[in-house]
Amino acid sequence: MDEKVRLKGTPIKRFDETITVERSSTAKYAWTAGQAISRFLVELKKGKLIGRRCNKCRRILIPPRMYCESCFRATDEWIYVEPIGTVNTAVVSYITTTREKLEKPLIIAVIEIEGTGGSGLFHYLEGVNPEDVINRKVFGMRVKAVWKPEAEREGSINDIKYFVPITGGEEK
Amino acid sequence: MVSLLSDVAIIGVGWYGFSPVTLEASFREMAFEAAVSAYEDAGDLDPRKDIDAFVTCEEDYWAGISITDEFMPDQLGGVLKPVYTVAGDGLQGIASAYMKIKTGLFDTVVVEAHSKASDILTFHEIMNFGFDPLYTSHIDAHPYYLAGLEANYYMLTSGVGREHLAMIVEKNKRNAITNPLASYGSKLSVDEILEAKYVVYPLSVMDIAPLIDVAIVFVLATKDKAKKLSDNPIWIEGVGWATETNYIETRNFGEALYARIAADMAYRLAGIEDPKKQIDLAEIDDKFSYKELMHVEALKLSNRYSSHLDLERGEFNRNGPLPVNPGGGFIGIGHGLEAGGLIKLLEATLQLRGEAVGRQVKGVKRCVVQSWRDIPTATGAVVVLSNEEV
Repeated sequence: MDEKVRLKGTPIKRFDETITVERSSTAKYAWTAGQAISRFLVELKKGKLIGRRCNKCRRILIPPRMYCESCFRATDEWIYVEPIGTVNTAVVSYITTTREKLEKPLIIAVIEIEGTGGSGLFHYLEGVNPEDVINRKVFGMRVKAVWKPEAEREGSINDIKYFVPITGGEEK
Repeated sequence: MVSLLSDVAIIGVGWYGFSPVTLEASFREMAFEAAVSAYEDAGDLDPRKDIDAFVTCEEDYWAGISITDEFMPDQLGGVLKPVYTVAGDGLQGIASAYMKIKTGLFDTVVVEAHSKASDILTFHEIMNFGFDPLYTSHIDAHPYYLAGLEANYYMLTSGVGREHLAMIVEKNKRNAITNPLASYGSKLSVDEILEAKYVVYPLSVMDIAPLIDVAIVFVLATKDKAKKLSDNPIWIEGVGWATETNYIETRNFGEALYARIAADMAYRLAGIEDPKKQIDLAEIDDKFSYKELMHVEALKLSNRYSSHLDLERGEFNRNGPLPVNPGGGFIGIGHGLEAGGLIKLLEATLQLRGEAVGRQVKGVKRCVVQSWRDIPTATGAVVVLSNEEV
């Protein structure tokens, strides 16, 4: 770096000269899942994907909601759907939440669940080369959920480990 | 001055909850149920077509999520419409919606606030997070100590005794018994109330309003819309709000300045010169018992340092000349975080419509409603309502 450039801020070598006061707080919540998401989580534990259908716009909402935000009315029915969808968009992340470098980059995707009319899940994509995200081959790819073993499921979105491509001829 | 701007009316109200715990519904589902009721009450409105904008009132740290704004449109019918969140009490949201309508750009505006207090497991830690990290949060006590500091100073300067605080508790808990929305009504004597253990002297658990879960939705409209849609519009005659310095130690502990300034603003807009004569009923913030007395004085419904004498004479009773919190106040109904102001506004609206089942006061024509944003704030808002068209 050009030594004539003077950067603003406190150089790291002087950091121990500054006064710091540590303070922490415990914020804990028992966040109520509600009617729709409670059922959603219970079904995930069973290895099933469930949504709510709005009989006006005919969409199946996943994750389920007790109301349709588009029609502003209560949704009508619980509907099981196959955990199969299409990659709507995807990204490769090379860093963790705290910006540490990942040895193996993560692929995150929005998966539009088949037959829902546009509803989808946010999840990891595995079995795909990061290059295929970069060259956009994964966009529109059909994928299926890979579940945790039943004994390890706890009623969480992570009961689905990730989605993987459906290979030729395979149905589920 | 003749104003060309439209008057603003409340044309719909809806609510869900009013319960210490709501295990059965998420805050979104609670808000949806409240919204459906409010739109029906407003003359069967379809928010997808008939509502121009939405204001929600929420503080992220009570909600347990960040940027709560983004979580709000769907359950109100506000997707793809103007929506924003006021990080403040519901009455500040009402003031915001009132101004929107006054611009002439919006005919119908929705205001929503909710409390999911039962979700909060570390209430005191979160409340303490509102204190300055470098010079006020070092006090390792429940933040209610701040109310105790204020109560002690106010009682010293005003001549208010603990028995007066107990009389507030007695009145509000008794008023709440017949209010179907109230969770904490009970018939207790002043002596029984005085026996409760101190939390921070001079306040016992009785003096501190307990929490509830609630979602409340209001629909506001221009005069033209109100006349078309509503048989019983309630007119917002004035709004006001103010905030004191955030240097807590320099605040005036003997007077609720934030409430006085907010009330002066609202009274000015409403053309009220003698509040004691012109107000029929007051919904006053009583998150702590002594606050009701301070706020009554700030709103000029009693002379300074004499609200406890008016209380002794029964002037604030439901059947008195100026009922204060005839539905039970926060001490009797429960307090709903940033939905607090809307709890009070709902009580006043139902009184003005003649729909206050079990706690109706006869002949109510004009109400004042006041809220405070709880510890550690010195922020308050005031709204003046009337059932008579200007």
